[in-house]
Amino acid sequence: MLRYTLRRLLAIIPVLLIVSIIVFMIVHLTPGNPAYLILGEDSSPEAIEQLEQQLGLDKPKVAQYFDWLGSIFTGDLGQSIYSEEPVTQIISERIGPTFSLMVISMLLTLLVAIPTAIFIVWKRNTMLDPLFLSGSLLGTSIPEFWLALLLVLVFGVTIPIFPVAGYISISESLMDWLHHLILPGIVLAAVEIGLIARMLRDSMLESVNQDYTKTARGKGVKESTVLMKHVFSNALIPTTTVIGVTIAGLLGGTVIIETIFTIPGVGQLLIDSIHRRDYPVIQGVVLVIAFVYVLINLIVDLLYAFLDPRIRYD
Amino acid sequence: MLEVKNLKAHIDTTDGVVRAVDGVSFTIKPGETVGIVGESGSGKSVLAHSIMQLNPKPPTFYPQGEIIFEGKDLLQLQDKELRKIRGKEIAMIFQDPMSSLNPVFKIGDQLMEAILTHHHLPKSKAKQRAIELLTDVGIPDPEKRMNAYPHQFSGGMRQRVLIAIALACNPKILIADEPTTALDVTIQAQILELMKNIQEKYGTAIIIISHDLGVIAQMAEKVLVMYSGRIVEKGDVEDIFYRTSMPYTWSLLRSLPRIDSESRNRLLNIEGHPPNLIHPPSGCNFHPRCPFASEQCKMVDPELTKRSPEHYVACILSEMEFKEAKKRMENVEREGDLNHV
Ligand SMILES: Nc1ncnc2c1ncn2[C@@H]1O[C@H](COP(=O)(O)OP(=O)(O)OP(=O)(O)O)[C@@H](O)[C@H]1O
Ligand code: SF4
Ligand SMILES: [Mg+2]
Repeated sequence: MLRYTLRRLLAIIPVLLIVSIIVFMIVHLTPGNPAYLILGEDSSPEAIEQLEQQLGLDKPKVAQYFDWLGSIFTGDLGQSIYSEEPVTQIISERIGPTFSLMVISMLLTLLVAIPTAIFIVWKRNTMLDPLFLSGSLLGTSIPEFWLALLLVLVFGVTIPIFPVAGYISISESLMDWLHHLILPGIVLAAVEIGLIARMLRDSMLESVNQDYTKTARGKGVKESTVLMKHVFSNALIPTTTVIGVTIAGLLGGTVIIETIFTIPGVGQLLIDSIHRRDYPVIQGVVLVIAFVYVLINLIVDLLYAFLDPRIRYD
Repeated sequence: MLEVKNLKAHIDTTDGVVRAVDGVSFTIKPGETVGIVGESGSGKSVLAHSIMQLNPKPPTFYPQGEIIFEGKDLLQLQDKELRKIRGKEIAMIFQDPMSSLNPVFKIGDQLMEAILTHHHLPKSKAKQRAIELLTDVGIPDPEKRMNAYPHQFSGGMRQRVLIAIALACNPKILIADEPTTALDVTIQAQILELMKNIQEKYGTAIIIISHDLGVIAQMAEKVLVMYSGRIVEKGDVEDIFYRTSMPYTWSLLRSLPRIDSESRNRLLNIEGHPPNLIHPPSGCNFHPRCPFASEQCKMVDPELTKRSPEHYVACILSEMEFKEAKKRMENVEREGDLNHV
């Protein structure tokens, strides 16, 4: 297990290198001169040239890339052109809200999806199952922004019980933090609940008449215990992969949701930086997102191995 | 102790109702061993699962019959009462040891679950009992093996663990559904030996299911021969093997490989396919494959009738008629063989 973990950790490095090349290319090969954008339309060519020199934009692209890569390894992601603050500092200020949003929506997702799936499998021979199938399909096909606007309208405007914008950090007030994150959390979770509950139901139904469940029932174990203990623990293994992909997918979802609910997170930072052509920040944010993505996948793989002794003891 | 009366277990499928068990009756007394033999698909497993009430419902349903265990009809019991019988009074080991243990839990935990489901014991006591059981079924180094996972065990060792699980609460009846089919020959012998020893030690009644007549001959005192969901012959082991009175049983016995010179290592298979259980053949179910079938067999469905106090046969041929028919057939075959030479 330890060797497996180390091997997987080492495998992150080449992935991140490739990501860094792609990020760099996307940012630097899109048309539009940052120096020009920063200085405004009626700036003199000399001033632009001078700024380019200052930012290192006059060097060959390859040299620019290696400069950037070199500083990444020292933990320096550069400076924002817009606010002139270090990129690492800007990102670390913004990562809290995004992380909170992801945690809340993931908890909501699991809290709803797991009991739903177990319940549906328990009632597998009733009309509830087809009902659930159409429900989960409906759930996964609701557009996020539409649901967001609907919830804002209903619970923010018509029955104003939830704030519709802003963010309070958890260190200030736990309740306010939760209060502000419920609506956006629900929106993000809504899409994932259907997906994960469906996955879990499918793999539970596959295990529900496996031989080992007969052994368990043959011992006189209650059907609910058979489902929650024996079937669930096996069905969870393939489902972790989907849960991992989902968490990673939430990263994308937060961009839209943070904008709608004006949550000062990484997603909003990315959008703002794109508008401002603040390329060091864009690069930094995308790189961090990629890093988190890879990290989540790694954690999921380790979890997978942890849940399945057949892999753990290999 | 256990009496199955005219039991029917049918399965709803999209193609129609499968009559997997179609009117089966037998009894088993304490300490006795009953063997059930029949081709693949004859309904042996569905019958065994019916006794434990482990067939998934739906699609399985029981349109008729009773399973009386100590005065109670298992078909009428509530789930809660059934659970008190499962594992405690009647336990079962399944066909495939490779898949019958939960891959994500430790052997010890799965064994202790069997104990703790029926006895309120402290964990340490349950653990002690589990180790005893593993020792009983011949698992070396049981204390250490408690912490192993199923995939770290061989097939034979897993079957031993499953036997230990079945024995956890000292059941009165042990149902073994092809306990050795998935194992290789030397291991098979060991497992059968183990089951015999356990029976001697604890007086457990055993229902052993197999399509291997060798296993049945070795283990059983009474034998039920199943064909297409019914019992076509039942009796003492001598009745079945030496006073065979039913063409299907006779064909099964002939299909055993023999190493004597006369039959020249011939492996006979019963010709034809097992019948369709959705639309069974008219008359005697076996008539399309029966070497002695007459026109009458297509019309008359023979009942299981008494030939001697313990010997029952479902065939329209009387003992004399069957003997003559056999003789005729053997003569024809001998001539056929001579022509070959
Ligand atoms: N869930 C099911 N759905 C449909 N048909 C089934 C189902 N389970 C069993 N059957 C059918 O019931 C019949 C009896 O099956 P059963 O498993 O009892 O046979 P068996 O005698 O145990 O055979 P084997 O020696 O292969 O284990 C078979 O024809 C089988 O196809
Ligand atoms: S009743 Fe007829 S078909 Fe059936 S076993 Fe006897 S002889 Fe064969
Ligand atoms: Mg079977």
